[in-house]
Amino acid sequence: MRTGILIKPIVFILLLLPALYYSYAVYLALTGGENLLGPDPAQALALVTGEWSIRILVAALAITPLRYLLNMPKLWNYRRMVGLFALFYVSLHLLVFLMFLLQWQWLDIGREIVERPYITVGFTAFILLVPLGLTSFQLAQRKMGRNWKKLHSLVYGINILAVLHILWVVRSSYFDAVLYGSLVLICLGYRIMRKYSPSVRKFAVLK
Amino acid sequence: MLIKTKKEIPSSEITPANVYKNRRQFLKGSVNIAFGAGALGAGLISPSALAQTAGLRGRAPTEINLAAKPDWLVAKVGNRNAPPASAPYNTDEALTPFQDATNYNNFFEFGNGKGDPASKARDFKIDPWSVEIAGEVNKPGNYTLEDILQPHTLEERVYRIRCVEAFSMVIPWIGFPLADLISRFEPNSNARFIEFETLYDPEQMPGQAARTSSLGWPYKEGLRMDEAMHPLTILAVGMYDDILPAQNGAPLRLVVPWKYGFKSIKSIVRINFRRDMPNTAWNDYAANEYGFYANVNPQVSHPRWSQSQERRLPSGLFDRRIPTQLFNGYAEEVAHLYQGMDLRTYF
Repeated sequence: MRTGILIKPIVFILLLLPALYYSYAVYLALTGGENLLGPDPAQALALVTGEWSIRILVAALAITPLRYLLNMPKLWNYRRMVGLFALFYVSLHLLVFLMFLLQWQWLDIGREIVERPYITVGFTAFILLVPLGLTSFQLAQRKMGRNWKKLHSLVYGINILAVLHILWVVRSSYFDAVLYGSLVLICLGYRIMRKYSPSVRKFAVLK
Repeated sequence: MLIKTKKEIPSSEITPANVYKNRRQFLKGSVNIAFGAGALGAGLISPSALAQTAGLRGRAPTEINLAAKPDWLVAKVGNRNAPPASAPYNTDEALTPFQDATNYNNFFEFGNGKGDPASKARDFKIDPWSVEIAGEVNKPGNYTLEDILQPHTLEERVYRIRCVEAFSMVIPWIGFPLADLISRFEPNSNARFIEFETLYDPEQMPGQAARTSSLGWPYKEGLRMDEAMHPLTILAVGMYDDILPAQNGAPLRLVVPWKYGFKSIKSIVRINFRRDMPNTAWNDYAANEYGFYANVNPQVSHPRWSQSQERRLPSGLFDRRIPTQLFNGYAEEVAHLYQGMDLRTYF
């Protein structure tokens, strides 16, 4: 019996859990049930969808460095799933913004995207993430050949835009910007060093 | 035939079949994956995010988080005048529920999440409490809270309060006009501005010890003397029939309803009368975003977001935002203070 066959579905469900919880919270809010979202549910949802977006985005970015550092080729089997979940949560974040915060007022939306730098970079990050999602499947990988890798290297720019977005939204604490910014820099730094340094290529924490 | 080692497989060629090629290695590896995922998860959940989500649950307590409620203060608040809703400075709009007003707060001394002040302020000590009166006055000194409040009769003021973050509440404050306090201490002709300072106590206020904080401590705010003397400006010691909870600025706070909420400084320990305009916490942090005057103005947007609308809390997911009013709807009472001033330059 291959017990390993359960891991992927378990990871899938774990990644889905936040969305399930907040969907339930929205359901309760709309049907007059227990208030899990507080007095400003739109803001709360924007915050939590954003938090999960950056966590999963950075997690997807970290998979390749971890694959090398821990000598675990199997990690690559999760990269697509984690990456697509990142796109999923980013889409939820955008939906919350459009639906609950700007309430589909298109003039406002257009103006906000252009005038507010943090929204410009956030929206750009989303736009760039979409083709990555669309080409995440094996058919695309085969048909695009070397171009697939080039396209998907956009994920670094996307992560940097996401960190800039967080930095630009800061009102009270730099903690999140510092945390996620550092993680992105470490991942990026590792990839760069790996490209140019044989000793880094050979180094692994686990053998 | 070229034998590829596991390390050299390019990422674009990975197929799921690799997972099942070596079962024993995979079983060993799955433990590592779980460990790795756990470590990754632990590293990615930041305390500030958790703290912010803690404020989301409507089940938070309604207690007022004080070590003790001084009897004399409770009695004084109980003896307040309660003018009818039609009274000059009161609004008859629907009150924000007490639960929301006491569990959704920006009081970064306790943490950055909206629920942090309610959850982190525990046994906050308001007795003894002293307020230092300093600067261009004839009667400076350190006064106990009792001395500060003793001559004043409290009254209820139902005000709108508008946060710079574009949400607003309607709160029934219990307090007295700041003007009455000011005249007691006899400011001299040099006193053109008044400066306030919040308690600095990192042990009771953990947010003041945070290294990634945007604000400097202690929190400072200020008003021009005519703004301070205006009848709408009050010092509040209570809300909703009781004394102030810790998370709302116990035991003494300012309420200036026509300005953004950050001007309404909480937990005041010092009042300083000055010749020149004081530095204020948010202005020090980002002068291009938070001005000294901070008058509510839908025409002057914050550099990063519009101020033309606000969410009146508690709001449902599909509730429409409401238009923000100039001076938070108090234009009739206060617009004359700013006659001739460009509200965009002096924001």
